[in-house]
Amino acid sequence: MPETATLLDHLESMRRIRFFEEEAARLRAQGDVVGSVHLCNGQEAIYTGACAALDLSRDAVFPTYRGHGWTLACGVPPYPLFAELLGRQSGINGGRGGSAYLTAPEYGMYGENSIVGAGAPIAAGAALAAVHDGSGRVALAAFGDGAMNQGAVHEAMNFAAVRRLPVIFLVENNRYSELTPIAAMVRVDLLFERASAYGMPGARIDGNDPSAVREAVSEAVGRARSGEGPVLLEAMTQRLVGHYVGDAQRYRPAGEIERALADEPIVRLLAVLRAAGVLQDELDAGADRVHAEIAEASKRALADPPAAPTTVLEHLYA
Amino acid sequence: MPEQTRRLSYAEAVNAALRRALEERPETLLFGEDVAAPGGVFGVTKGLRTQFGDRVFDTPISESAILGGAIGAAMFGRRPIAEIMWADFSLVALDQLVNQAANVRYVSRGLLGAPITVRTQQGSAPGACAQHSQSLEAFFAHVPGLRVCMPATHQDAYDLLLSAIWSDDPVIVIENRTLYHAGRQEVRLGGDVPPVGGAAVRRPGSDVTVLTWGAVQQEVLAAAERLSVQGIEAEVLDARWIRPLDLEAVLGSLARTGRLVVVHEAHTIGGVGGEVVAAVAEAGVPLRSAPIRVGAPPVRIPAAPSLAQAVIPSADVIADALTRSVHGTAVPAGRG
Repeated sequence: MPETATLLDHLESMRRIRFFEEEAARLRAQGDVVGSVHLCNGQEAIYTGACAALDLSRDAVFPTYRGHGWTLACGVPPYPLFAELLGRQSGINGGRGGSAYLTAPEYGMYGENSIVGAGAPIAAGAALAAVHDGSGRVALAAFGDGAMNQGAVHEAMNFAAVRRLPVIFLVENNRYSELTPIAAMVRVDLLFERASAYGMPGARIDGNDPSAVREAVSEAVGRARSGEGPVLLEAMTQRLVGHYVGDAQRYRPAGEIERALADEPIVRLLAVLRAAGVLQDELDAGADRVHAEIAEASKRALADPPAAPTTVLEHLYA
Repeated sequence: MPEQTRRLSYAEAVNAALRRALEERPETLLFGEDVAAPGGVFGVTKGLRTQFGDRVFDTPISESAILGGAIGAAMFGRRPIAEIMWADFSLVALDQLVNQAANVRYVSRGLLGAPITVRTQQGSAPGACAQHSQSLEAFFAHVPGLRVCMPATHQDAYDLLLSAIWSDDPVIVIENRTLYHAGRQEVRLGGDVPPVGGAAVRRPGSDVTVLTWGAVQQEVLAAAERLSVQGIEAEVLDARWIRPLDLEAVLGSLARTGRLVVVHEAHTIGGVGGEVVAAVAEAGVPLRSAPIRVGAPPVRIPAAPSLAQAVIPSADVIADALTRSVHGTAVPAGRG
């Protein structure tokens, strides 16, 4: 069991993501944010645990379009992220990326990707660079269970394995391939077992426990940094919300979300901390602090001007 | 690298450019299917693995991994030169070029770049099947964020490839396998690496401007020589770069000739020739005759040489188009 201080850090990180997502949902519902927004409520332990195991001054994360949580866990402040979702000039990408293409390389966040699985070969390329530049960089490609059926992911895993590239392939298995149960899309139950077909280690981990994720990713990072090649981790979790904001989720069986709420990472960690003797007042004060941070960031971003049309042609070519 | 001139085949000119890049830029990597130990299916990359070791390596038959791997490596300061064996195979991994490479710089507001060079080759050759003979430059040239060139001379095989590798943008270099081993020419090696862009006059003329690119240039030059005997002097302009297209050179030539024929091996419908004609029309240049596009008709590319010949523009078809452009109607040879 990690020290209480570490667990409190994990709690704060997961709350920041959760409260950000709740605010993003509100902004989308009231029309300030437009277009598709994919929230990650319930999957926060994966981002928090994995980023705690990485050295983001040199490592590189390649998440999916469900990537607000990854971006925050990498350390990007909420304000320029809200601004990006809102299409503001002050957005982390000046309004060019939006919710689904956040990019913040100065934080080790090398870009969400709206094409399912497309980040996996790019992560392999980042690892290929590491082999030649001596940086010791490890690349982490994150994608959902649905992406396990994409050709690009298969190609990336084989490429990384055959060249022993320092890549961690991390499957966020929330059991839904967008709106369809992954169980209806594959014949096997254990997705990580595909790792053996590529000649690399694989494991299933508890994706609702940040400490378990951190431990598994740390081990994979150590392996990758020492030249032993890629690893496939399958983190089991649940999405507490729809595939996108507005998804009525009629495809989910009755009671499934209610059951998931009892096992979701923040509820679980709060129980652990209470059992460890942390007072409820302290836990509540922590929540208030993060709520205030998120509210302030959102308010500030809303007040900013929209991205300037005069900038639209910039940065297409070098 | 000091300047020198050597007699090289087109394939050897490509090899010389790759060797120079690998020597002068330690951040370059060269990879693709069969490029390292085998030296490439057309022998273009021969000897590079031996000289440069692990920076030159063979990949699985995985175009998405090749192109995505190049993009990821380029984001971190490497300068990958990836080979896609046939342009037709790039379609397997178009996502990595269009959705990924072309977006990196723009979406990150210049914080990241993807300076990859993709070498490939395309076009019809006797016996090539329907999936090994297409001309796809319009696919790539349509995409903002990408650069596209088509070297048609031995010198350009060397120069344009170096320009592509030195460029900080993703560049697709489309070579042509019928040129690889078709004789040696003098090639100037070394010297400054030219910047991206710029057309070249291959034959001066005053009666009609022929804009062309790729290997079909040989047919264009043959047609131009034939018509010269009949008193028609065609100015043959090699676009060299499809994106950026050197429209100024076209307009400059048209100011002298007043007539335009565009010749490419790719399909006419939706092709770059249409883009050129539209741009010329928008520029408001007065023309003395209607512009003509010469390209492949809207049909798949067949395997049998007799069928393929009916699709790919020949010197005869081009000469006919030039004559129509100058005289209004096609005039049989000898009676012009």
